[in-house]
Amino acid sequence: MKVKNKFNMTLTACSANESFARACISAFAAQLDPTLEEINDIKTAVSEAVTNCIVHAYKEELGKIYITAEILDTNAIKIKIRDKGCGIEDVSKAMEPLYTTVGGERAGLGFAVMQSFMDGIKVTSKIGKGTNIVMIKKISLRYNNG
Amino acid sequence: MSVKIDVTGEVVTAYLIGDIDHHTAKEMRENIDNAIELNMPTLLILDFKDVSFMDSSGIGLVMGRYRTLAKTRAELHIMNAPPQIFKILKLAGIEKLAKLGGYSNEGKK
Repeated sequence: MKVKNKFNMTLTACSANESFARACISAFAAQLDPTLEEINDIKTAVSEAVTNCIVHAYKEELGKIYITAEILDTNAIKIKIRDKGCGIEDVSKAMEPLYTTVGGERAGLGFAVMQSFMDGIKVTSKIGKGTNIVMIKKISLRYNNG
Repeated sequence: MSVKIDVTGEVVTAYLIGDIDHHTAKEMRENIDNAIELNMPTLLILDFKDVSFMDSSGIGLVMGRYRTLAKTRAELHIMNAPPQIFKILKLAGIEKLAKLGGYSNEGKK
């Protein structure tokens, strides 16, 4: 698997950047000629991951979110979203649908959406160090690919 | 304005506009909750026709309003959800809480 193109960005973990992060990734992914559904899947997954950083990782501080995206020669996009926040105590529990630590208006579906809308996801986390999410989305090949 | 509210008798319709994420959901929630408190509807219709994007914050918004309405046994309908939004509503199993409607005015009968 070779990396054909790559971009990095660092964002302040404030909620106004949720839409900004989605827009950046979707503009970058456009070169793979994704369908509207594929681009929306990617945007939704990125939105969930970035929101997790803001709501959970940096509850008490305005930390930084590190995003890397790579276009792979397998016609896929690999997205890494990393924070240096509080970390997740039990990753498999956090990934259970409807599980949430904040309750109220959060549905507890962030990871379920990422899992369902992307083709692969890996989550690693260390308490006090932060969380690292790697997601892959394959983009279907369409007529004009040479 | 991210929500337009329309009141017809005991029916409150909230037309949601733009992106629904963690950043925008709060204002939408406050607007809808104000309308519920003020009008005590027997039916709340959430119209998604003009929603351009929604993540799980929108699911939280729907589930939260469902819980509020359940206290007065009022009903919740969801109308005109575009395909991508329908996809995430289905993932969350929202059809168990709310009636999902298409492009009609069923709720206004």
